[in-house]
Amino acid sequence: MKIKVDTSGLKNSKWYEFALRFSFGGAVTAFAGLIAKRYGPEVGGLFLAFPAIVPATATLIKKREQQKKERAGYEGAERGRAAAAVDVAGAAMGGFGLVAFSLIVWPKLPAWKTPVVLAIATGVWFLVAFSIWQLREVLCRRLRAHRPNVLTHTLRSPVDRP
Amino acid sequence: MKDILFRIIIGGAVVSGFSLIGELLKPKSFAGLFGAAPSVSLATLALAVMKEGKAYASIEARSMLLGSIAFIIYAAVISRWMMHRRMQVLTATTVGLGLWLVCAFGLWYVVLR
Repeated sequence: MKIKVDTSGLKNSKWYEFALRFSFGGAVTAFAGLIAKRYGPEVGGLFLAFPAIVPATATLIKKREQQKKERAGYEGAERGRAAAAVDVAGAAMGGFGLVAFSLIVWPKLPAWKTPVVLAIATGVWFLVAFSIWQLREVLCRRLRAHRPNVLTHTLRSPVDRP
Repeated sequence: MKDILFRIIIGGAVVSGFSLIGELLKPKSFAGLFGAAPSVSLATLALAVMKEGKAYASIEARSMLLGSIAFIIYAAVISRWMMHRRMQVLTATTVGLGLWLVCAFGLWYVVLR
């Protein structure tokens, strides 16, 4: 499946959706700092991978997809839930990138310049996340080709079907 | 107070930036990758280096490794809950946060304590 930039999603976005993500992100960053101050960096560090915006994002995606379907005259709850599930499955793949990110920052930060380490680690995060996503796409395509009637619901959700 | 406000602004801005990128991309499974962007970690680690030093931030990154494993478990499990068990999105994502806490602190207890 080809990766596309689509600005239509942005046009449908409401200002409060961005405000919600900003607030969640800010709150978790502040919370992680407070935890580290109170209990030390060993415990505070855990919260650097806290799923901060997943509930807010998934809920907004579900709502938006559901409304889109209902405007077209169909029942939209199922599609909304499927869209949210696919988005969260993507986040799970991105999680492997987070593991790679921390595996770079942890040993290299004391020795290298901070902006360099963070930039390289962010690049590696994307590379790992993208590679896993791409691998899954290839595997799903092959499985579909061999067994076209099997697992289509699992492998390709309604939102990603053409 | 000034420090907390600073963290809220920096963290909020970085998280919003990554979610904006995710908003622009299709298919949805690819856009979802940005739900696991290192947004909170970038903001927190940069601030930790400035305030507490590199060694402190490095310890945070080591713990983040365990938090990341908990994140993968969280996202994989709630995705299945929604897709196969037809659980409500808000219920799955918020109940799942408990699962993240259990996994993250469980791993911390076993590996680092």
